Amino acid sequence: MRKMNPRSLLKEYGNAFVLLMLCIIVSLVTIEKQSATSSSAAQELVNEVVNDLGADSNVSILLHKGKGAANFAKELESGLMNKDIRVIDVVVGKPIDARNSLLSTASSLEAVIVTERMSVLVSTLPELAKENKALHRTQIFRTKEYYWPNFLKRDNIFNVLKQVSVVAIIAIGMTLVIITTGIDLSVGSLIAFSGVVTALCIQALGGESPGNSDLWMGASAAVLLCGLIGMGTGSMITFFKIPAFIVTLGVMFIAKGLAFILSNSEPITVENDAFAWLGRGADFAGIPNSVLIMIVLFILAHILMGRTSIGRFIYAVGGNSEAARLSGVPVQWVLVFVYTLCGLFAGFGGVMEASLHLTGDPKAGTLVELQVIAAVVVGGTSLAGGQGKIVGTLIGALIIGVIRNGMNLTGVEAHMQSVVYGVVILIAVMADQLKGRFK
Amino acid sequence: MSDEDSKPNLLTLRGIRKGFPGVQALDGVDLSLKQGEVLALLGENGAGKSTLIKIIAGVLAPDEGSMEINGKPVFMNNPQDSLKAGIGVIHQEFNLVPSLTASENIFLGQEPDRFSFIPHSEERQKARQLFQRIGVEVDPQSCCGDLSVAEQQVVEIAKALSQNARILVMDEPTAALTPREVEGLLKVVSELRTQGIGIIYVSHRLDEIDEVADRITVLRDGSHVGTKEKSQLNREQLIAMMVGRSMESEFPTRKSVVGSVRLAVRNLNRGAWVKDVSFDLRAGEVVGLTGLVGAGRTETARLIFGADRMDGGSVELDGHRLHIKSPRDAIRNGICLLTEDRKGQGLVLGQTVQENFGLPNLRDFSGNLLLDASRESDAFAKFVRMMKIKVSDHSQLAGTLSGGNQQKVVLAKWLQKNAEVIIFDEPTRGIDVGAKFEIYQILQSLAEDGKAILMISSELPEILGMSDRIIVMNEGRVTGEIEDCSSATQEDVMKLATQREKAAA
Repeated sequence: MRKMNPRSLLKEYGNAFVLLMLCIIVSLVTIEKQSATSSSAAQELVNEVVNDLGADSNVSILLHKGKGAANFAKELESGLMNKDIRVIDVVVGKPIDARNSLLSTASSLEAVIVTERMSVLVSTLPELAKENKALHRTQIFRTKEYYWPNFLKRDNIFNVLKQVSVVAIIAIGMTLVIITTGIDLSVGSLIAFSGVVTALCIQALGGESPGNSDLWMGASAAVLLCGLIGMGTGSMITFFKIPAFIVTLGVMFIAKGLAFILSNSEPITVENDAFAWLGRGADFAGIPNSVLIMIVLFILAHILMGRTSIGRFIYAVGGNSEAARLSGVPVQWVLVFVYTLCGLFAGFGGVMEASLHLTGDPKAGTLVELQVIAAVVVGGTSLAGGQGKIVGTLIGALIIGVIRNGMNLTGVEAHMQSVVYGVVILIAVMADQLKGRFK
Repeated sequence: MSDEDSKPNLLTLRGIRKGFPGVQALDGVDLSLKQGEVLALLGENGAGKSTLIKIIAGVLAPDEGSMEINGKPVFMNNPQDSLKAGIGVIHQEFNLVPSLTASENIFLGQEPDRFSFIPHSEERQKARQLFQRIGVEVDPQSCCGDLSVAEQQVVEIAKALSQNARILVMDEPTAALTPREVEGLLKVVSELRTQGIGIIYVSHRLDEIDEVADRITVLRDGSHVGTKEKSQLNREQLIAMMVGRSMESEFPTRKSVVGSVRLAVRNLNRGAWVKDVSFDLRAGEVVGLTGLVGAGRTETARLIFGADRMDGGSVELDGHRLHIKSPRDAIRNGICLLTEDRKGQGLVLGQTVQENFGLPNLRDFSGNLLLDASRESDAFAKFVRMMKIKVSDHSQLAGTLSGGNQQKVVLAKWLQKNAEVIIFDEPTRGIDVGAKFEIYQILQSLAEDGKAILMISSELPEILGMSDRIIVMNEGRVTGEIEDCSSATQEDVMKLATQREKAAA
């Protein structure tokens, strides 16, 4: 076991530290007042109303629409009715809806329950009371409030992870390729190609109403085909000694063109909602399936690179391919393997993308290859080869995902986002250079 | 006051200390260099020579200590400062642009003005004068990539002189030179000395030191062991100073028993490099393969190892014909090669020593699917103890080891593989005296274990001292074999090495 001191940890996983800082910053800038919507908060509020008013009173629930509001309203309603309080009206919407509800209330209203964002209503209640006698004795109960970053909400976190999953999974393959001093520009086009092939195969097998087995067959066919393309790419690079940049540039154009030709330039719909399992489903503890698969693949890749012969071979080929060859490493085989794997991952990413939209879209994946390379580089893998960590790549993908999410939450517009990505990539590479200098 | 003392000190270092994490590379080193003298800087690998040179060259800053040039204290923060102070450093790896001409390389970075035209003819004239001053003829208009190593070295020297260097530091200048080129270089060094230039000469080759040095400074483990006039030292004393103990002889006694033929090489051919090469290697035998640079020795070894494709010929091991198409095939059959270029071909410098050790042996350390790093570590630890490999821990990067220790790691990797036929290509190049002896001992013990060993070397004392039998090549052909090494002389070998066809006898 290699000993780790904090300094070398920071050196090896410095980008984990960057990710942590980023999460803290994004959390701080997205802190907002939140209304408690948990069941316990509902129960507490119900008790408060019952204690103040006693049973046999009329109450309206006026909530601002938002995450969990509808559910919260239901819980309040049933809670109040259990205590024999009459719920006159339930509104989950905008302040104007609540105002209309109040004005149209006929029977005398003892209380309203409102959320913070309905506070406009609170100030206008005396005026409303002049218009509607029923509101004369109305008390106001507010839902509990607290401050919490929008970023750190469970749904948002899952959202970030879901958004990075495709890029991150393909970045696994790209990491291996870059460690061998190669590059694969074709992955973005393979996403489109794989999606289109998947949808076409499913159509061909199942026609108008494809069964689940057709989905499996179609997706597998597309992934395997992309693996074969990767194998071809790797073979060209290895046996004809053409630079990886050129070969994969060629494959990029070919795959993109084929995706459009095969699909007649039209998105192809998959007529079976079960296909969305991969991209939209969340079967285990609410964690999106795509995120679970991503995590599993990263664990497998981490083991592959750290604990198996092929992983060692990949690092050795990247570090010094001649020394590796003279040590008996099957260098050519290793190179074909990494490009094949990269193709397989790109194909799988394409299926995930298609699953998300239930469509095989030839326009999918545009420029994704660059996002993937960015994730790998930000993750600390050197383009000079021989060095790089799978975990680093995951962190790199997350750094980019968190920045995007933070900018979306705070309303930074798209072009500015692009500028920020560029700056982040440059800083990451510069940090990598500095790290090398201190060795 | 003697004549020597009256010469002014060009360069004086006092109490130089420099530490790196985990190691004190220099621990209070003093050094003085006079005008017009050659000071040999000696020491085993890891003694701190490279660090000291880097400090003189301004690449590293010392932690403590002072440095004076012509009696004035200097502080250098980068190589430019050192150049300005009149110090020229000729590194082992040259800093030349292969696509530029000799004169362009000499004046690279000294262009008169960033935007003005470069006066080519004037530069060529100056370059010619510099070459005359050095006493070597090189065409200033030839491309540096086309020049021989020796000529490139002269260009480097001229480059330093063009910047008015008064002090020249030469780091292992003869490591890549043929014997004749070495002679030429030593002449150059003497010539520069008569011109009043102070030269710090770093080398492992004691013969050269004998010939060229005026005084000798020895470092050991980062400390200054002593500085002596050459005339006051004999070879044994010198070696004793370097290794800190006296050494009986440069080579261990050969005592293995030669058995039957293990490797039979027949009619190997590859283009113009290897022509009809045949020989046998027997169990327990060390066969020396020598010849001039370019004789086809390394090429022959690479063919046997499968690193290059052979045009024709066969290799048999223990009577079975082998079909070797790649190094992988050779290794599987128990043949392995320790390459001449350890950094470029022997090791993955960016990986740890343990990973390098494990590279061909991963099958030994694999469980069902996964590697067992602790088994690998245990196996490596065995070799670290056995061969006294100096590593801080198993995760030290291979690139940070000294030459001798790198060689040991490469050797450990093949011994773990249980190689039967071991080809050493220049096993002691760039390795210091103490480590050399250890490598010889290992070679010796391998032969005693019944392995067949082919040792390629340009150093004739090594060939004569270690081999049971010597094969000499020239221009791709075997020109002769010497069966009785005890009575053979360097002249016998050189005669064969320069002969065009195989000797009749």
